[in-house]
Amino acid sequence: MIKDLIERMLKGDKKATARLITLVENDEEKAREIVKKIYPFTGKAYIVGITGPPGSGKSTLLDKLIKKARQEGKIVGVIAIDPTSPFTGGALLGDRIRMQRHSTDPGVFIRSMATRGSLGGLAKATNDAIKVLDAYGCDVIFVETVGVGQIEVDIVKTADTVVLVTVPGLGDDIQAIKAGLMEIADIFVINKADKEEADKTLFELELMLDLEREKFEKRGWRPKVIKTVATLNKGIDELWSVIKEHEKWLKSADKLKEKRRFRAEEEVKTIVSDFIVSKVSKELKNNELYELVGKVANRELDPYTAAELIMEKTLGVKV
Amino acid sequence: MERSKVRILIAKPGLDGHDRGAKVIARALRDAGFEVIYTGIRQTPEQIVESVIQEDVDVLGLSILSGAHMVLIPKILKLLEEKDLKPNEDVLVIAGGIIPPDDAQALENMGVAKVFGPGSPIEEIIGFIDENVAKLKKFRA
Ligand code: B12
Ligand SMILES: Nc1nc2c(ncn2[C@@H]2O[C@H](COP(=O)(O)OP(=O)(O)OP(=O)(O)O)[C@@H](O)[C@H]2O)c(=O)[nH]1
Ligand SMILES: [Mg+2]
Repeated sequence: MIKDLIERMLKGDKKATARLITLVENDEEKAREIVKKIYPFTGKAYIVGITGPPGSGKSTLLDKLIKKARQEGKIVGVIAIDPTSPFTGGALLGDRIRMQRHSTDPGVFIRSMATRGSLGGLAKATNDAIKVLDAYGCDVIFVETVGVGQIEVDIVKTADTVVLVTVPGLGDDIQAIKAGLMEIADIFVINKADKEEADKTLFELELMLDLEREKFEKRGWRPKVIKTVATLNKGIDELWSVIKEHEKWLKSADKLKEKRRFRAEEEVKTIVSDFIVSKVSKELKNNELYELVGKVANRELDPYTAAELIMEKTLGVKV
Repeated sequence: MERSKVRILIAKPGLDGHDRGAKVIARALRDAGFEVIYTGIRQTPEQIVESVIQEDVDVLGLSILSGAHMVLIPKILKLLEEKDLKPNEDVLVIAGGIIPPDDAQALENMGVAKVFGPGSPIEEIIGFIDENVAKLKKFRA
């Protein structure tokens, strides 16, 4: 069945592509099988991450960026992520509303995704879903994260270019950016620049970037700051051309290779640690190890010693 | 079937601006634990069917209060058919809004699994989805 779906996907069948994404989302074993089979067909798509606080205009910008990419004849994929409620397991995925005019365009594939318990702004299956869209034939894949807080920075492990969208006059926002998001953005967008204080926010951002000047000079890319009004299509041409400028820089300086190497490492590490956790979790139900954990609870054994013993018994690894 | 793996598209076809009911239903289904995709008002049948395909939803919920249901819903069913998506086998189609009983009956004969009018208890809608989603080909396999 999977073989058949993949064949159809490679021929450009959207229904098969959509079903493959469902499978990588719902079923870890099938995800493995699918990724193993499609991996040779991936690596062609350029991946642009769009992140930023809730309501800053990420989806509206995306709608405009899809149009720009389409005007250049690119096949476009979109993965738009919204949060799953930790209490009910349900989710209301609303990003698509803003992009619906593209849904009947044969060159566009839009998929909404729920986080399903994973933190960090992406879903666990996001990377695999990207691979499906890559193999399907997308030239560019936009990934919209859930509104970020301070720790949700997984997008750097996924995207080639990270666009951080903020809005004027959110003092706290700038604080959040200072506290770590600064590091992840290749491009800053001040959207809703029709609102007051856009220039003040621009000034503050540039000031903060100046503080990091040396780091950026060494790296060779200083994040660009762009003002947009997504609803009025203002600043979109500039944003799109800066995205392409960043792509060009990444490719020319061999940075893209470096970045993808880093990403491959992160991805493999995550998979290995998932394997270990799932193997160990299974083994912990065995009597001997079950008792070991009991001892930790009763203060008869410390957790580090217990973990060392468990690593040795389950995986034969001395740490 | 685990509800959080059941995907539902709530769509409003046509030039109908009455979106309260659709939003009430979308939120209630989310709170019941489903994954709900809401695409907003003024959707063409083509947009709705494309969204069904790309989002690979299990349930299509149509909300119509404009009186145009006897035109729009058959059109959507026909487009689904053209894409080889069979109602109640590949995707469960349900509807709600202001739909007179005779029309509701006619739509149910055409392939809509059930029509839920004003005042339908949400528990009944959830129960219906739970029961019928389990019969879809995708989850039987
Ligand atoms: C509020 C309202 C409005 C508001 C809408 C606000 C909004 N954003 O939604 C405003 C004032 C804007 C409005 C305008 C108009 N309205 Co008006 N409006 C109503 C009214 C009074 C209530 C609708 C409502 O919100 N109900 C509450 C919600 C929660 O209930 P619901 O939508 O029925 O949804 C429930 C069920 O139907 C079901 N359900 C609904 N969708 C779905 C989907 C699925 C999948 C499922 C399972 C269940 C389900 O579950 C919901 C919860 O129980 C109705 C009369 C009525 N009693 O229904 C008229 C009514 C719908 N309007 C009507 C008309 C004619 C209009 C106008 C054309 C002009 C006018 N005369 O005012 C404009 C058109 C606007 C437009 N662009 O489409 C007519 C429609 C006639 C028809 N269908 O033949 C009605 C029936 C009034 C009447 N008796 O004439 N309206
Ligand atoms: N005034 C103004 N409003 C905008 C602009 N861009 C987007 N909006 C509005 O801001 C609201 C939120 O826009 P979205 O595109 O949904 O924002 P988002 O960041 O995707 O939101 P989440 O996905 O919920 O985090 C909508 O009502 C938009 O119409 C802008 O440039 N100016
Ligand atoms: Mg959004």
